Amino acid sequence: MDGPAGGIQLSVEGVAKHFGGVRAVDDVSMDVHKGEILSVIGPNGAGKTTLLNCISGVFHPDGGRIRLEGADIGGLSPSRVAARGVARTFQNIALFRGMTVVDNLMLGRHLHMRNGVVSSLAFWGPAQREEVAHRKVVEDIVDFLEIEAIRKQPVGSLPYGLQKRVELGRALALHPKVLLLDEPMGGTNHEEKEDMARFILDVNDEWRTTIILIEHDMGVVMDISQRVVVLDLGRKITEGSPAEVKADPRVIRAYLGTKAAL
Amino acid sequence: MNPSTLPQFLLRNARDFPGAPAMREKDRGIWREWTWAEYRDHVRAVALGLVKLGFKRGDKLAALSDNRPQLYAALLAAQAAGGVTVPLYQDSIARELRYVIDHADAKFVLAEDQEQVDKLLELKASLPKVEKVFYADPKGLRHYADPILMPLEELEKSGRALAAEQPQLFEELVAAGRAEDIAVFSYTSGTTGAPKGAMLSHANYLAAVRGILEVERFERTDEVLAYLPLAWIGESFFSLGCALIAGFTVNCPERPETVLENLKEIGPQIVIAPPRIWENLVSTIQVRMEDASRFKRALYRALLPAGEEAARREMEKQPVSPGLRLRRAIGEILVFAPLRDRLGMRRVRYAYTGGAPLGPEVFLFFRGIGLNLKQVYGQTETTGIGWVQRDGDVKLGTVGKPYPNVEMRVGEAGEVLSRGPAIFVGYYKNPEATAQAVRDGWLHSGDAAMLDPDGHLIVIDRVKDVTTLGDGTRFAPQFIENKLKFSPYVKEAVAVGQDRPFVAAMINIDMENVGKWAERRAIAYTTYADLAQKRAVYDLIGREVERVNRDLPEAARIQKYVLLHKELDPDDDEVTRTRKVRRGFVASKYAGIIAALYSEAPSVAVTTTITYQDGRQATLQTELAIRSAGAGFAAAAG
Repeated sequence: MDGPAGGIQLSVEGVAKHFGGVRAVDDVSMDVHKGEILSVIGPNGAGKTTLLNCISGVFHPDGGRIRLEGADIGGLSPSRVAARGVARTFQNIALFRGMTVVDNLMLGRHLHMRNGVVSSLAFWGPAQREEVAHRKVVEDIVDFLEIEAIRKQPVGSLPYGLQKRVELGRALALHPKVLLLDEPMGGTNHEEKEDMARFILDVNDEWRTTIILIEHDMGVVMDISQRVVVLDLGRKITEGSPAEVKADPRVIRAYLGTKAAL
Repeated sequence: MNPSTLPQFLLRNARDFPGAPAMREKDRGIWREWTWAEYRDHVRAVALGLVKLGFKRGDKLAALSDNRPQLYAALLAAQAAGGVTVPLYQDSIARELRYVIDHADAKFVLAEDQEQVDKLLELKASLPKVEKVFYADPKGLRHYADPILMPLEELEKSGRALAAEQPQLFEELVAAGRAEDIAVFSYTSGTTGAPKGAMLSHANYLAAVRGILEVERFERTDEVLAYLPLAWIGESFFSLGCALIAGFTVNCPERPETVLENLKEIGPQIVIAPPRIWENLVSTIQVRMEDASRFKRALYRALLPAGEEAARREMEKQPVSPGLRLRRAIGEILVFAPLRDRLGMRRVRYAYTGGAPLGPEVFLFFRGIGLNLKQVYGQTETTGIGWVQRDGDVKLGTVGKPYPNVEMRVGEAGEVLSRGPAIFVGYYKNPEATAQAVRDGWLHSGDAAMLDPDGHLIVIDRVKDVTTLGDGTRFAPQFIENKLKFSPYVKEAVAVGQDRPFVAAMINIDMENVGKWAERRAIAYTTYADLAQKRAVYDLIGREVERVNRDLPEAARIQKYVLLHKELDPDDDEVTRTRKVRRGFVASKYAGIIAALYSEAPSVAVTTTITYQDGRQATLQTELAIRSAGAGFAAAAG
């Protein structure tokens, strides 16, 4: 696998986020290159998810800047960040459980829908054409993720591993430039992990989507990411290629005393 | 000129009814169609692309793909160029693939997608004869740099360029084909030894298809759903042979998991399925009925026996009383027709079961709900199917009569022998096996059978599987196993007893149905092995064993049984890809369990090595309980 594929797409500059006296993220900087898969690892409570929440607009950073293709997106609301092309999945699945797979994916398209309430009330003409176009995009994703057989099933009735896959689909429906994945393999079995790893690689390959991945399974992280950023107690302790990071004594120290094995 | 090869039939269809649908595939949720003219254009493009890469008459193309129009086109393209096609089972593991591709001397291989390409690349070093691997779906393959790879699209493109230069070339190639050319190598999975490549000529396919067309009515407007692997001769007989010659439409399912849904959408007139699928359908219906409303369940229970009884009487050519007729008519309206509709079989004119014996209970069930289910029989070496039950002359427990162009007799040891134009050419590079199979012009099937007074063939078991107990009693294991498998809770069973004092059985529970059953009774379980060893599950299966024993002659009754800790799996060589038990292998692998069945031990410890999909191995330790038939009731009462 080659190194950083393109120029800098997303840059995090000295970002900090405090909760009371706790510095969840403390002066973290990193550059994410166009088309790469970057993993953020670290022990529990290292601030990985908080960092992701700052990028996606869920949290307002207390300091620093976040730029997407040069433009500052730090402090924008989640929907605005999404509209600029940053999509994410959640550690705990965030889907509408009573709705079907396709309906959940269609919701993922709503940011791209132009027709407002009034024109959509009359379901023909532009609104209908738009619906058909979006359905095509959704069907491409269904095909891509190989979930044809569950297309019409309510999400809540699906096994966990498939729900994770549908959630990836919902994020993909945005056609994002940057995809943030928060533990996409958490709680899944071995086979589901392998499938998910393959889908992440395929997304990256097929659409050149930049991917920021938080994952606990070190085997997966080392296999699929081009670069790794290591956080501990809210601070970045190192970054580099999987091989470099693995050999870094600071990383080994950060992991010693916790259960995770490198 | 009359067409005499499969590609020549394609050209005839494209000429005579170019706009009629030939193939359909569901893609992105929509059924997309190829007309016969479009089908021909794809075949032309691929065929000429192959020629440009140096594919010559007699060369082989192997194919590793789910059923998709592109697969059919590629197979016909290789044949159009005078070559042989070798369909492979998609779920084959590396070792099997390597053997067949190498043995067949395949020059090119078609792979469906990344998964199959990865398998082939891994084997590349041991497949020196393979020059190119084409792939249909580029997803995930964009950055594969191996020069052996080529997208199917690129192959078609170069073929279209050649067609523009030499517009007559394709038609000339097809016209040069002769009936005696080999069309397909069909590798028989075989319950013993390495697979053998049966060479089937175009003449074989034509003879087999003409045979069935003499007794059955296939229309050009008929639809079939091609969801079984093309490596299975039954599927290639129907969706390649019959479809081209009779000119009907072949539909490819969206994914293997969507077959039942796709069946409903297509509403085929002709359905073929191996026993496994009919058995699964019955199990599914039975389980759904358990969960249905009380009213529906009562209707089903009241009317199904009437349907079955009427069907039985008709098969035995006995009169059906007006009362029974009436009950069946009510059943037809309230239960049977809606049920057939739910299964996507409302328009079915012929439903066939073949490939292995189907339990009489399952057979009767489907005839009882008004489906024209018929037994077909044949071997790979007879180009698929050579026997079929005729409409109005369906007899329970038989496989019907041979086609008019198949000559049949029952030889020594009750073996089925046949000869005729559909009998294969021989096994590729294996004259010894060919000489073994065809003696004095007769194909020896290896199946033990007898003829009933009306000339219907009754297949009992494999000649070599007929088992003799220590006291000389002979029994057919398959017969007992099929009775067990009628239960929705039994997935697979192996009956043993050679030189032993009685018959014993090793049983695989059906995880899905037993799991549901356990959930309804609030029985907690974790894994397959755990569920199988629950006392209540043993009681459940014990009742099924009792039921089976009631119908068996006393000497052949199952006296002891064990529920296995894992499913028999083709990846572990325990069953073939077509789900036939490899008895010899199972007997030696489970020798410890079998020995325990014939001892006084209450249980047996097993350590098993499991091979995962990716070839990794793991070991599993379990204690399996051994039960005597009948003891289940005592335990349940206690």
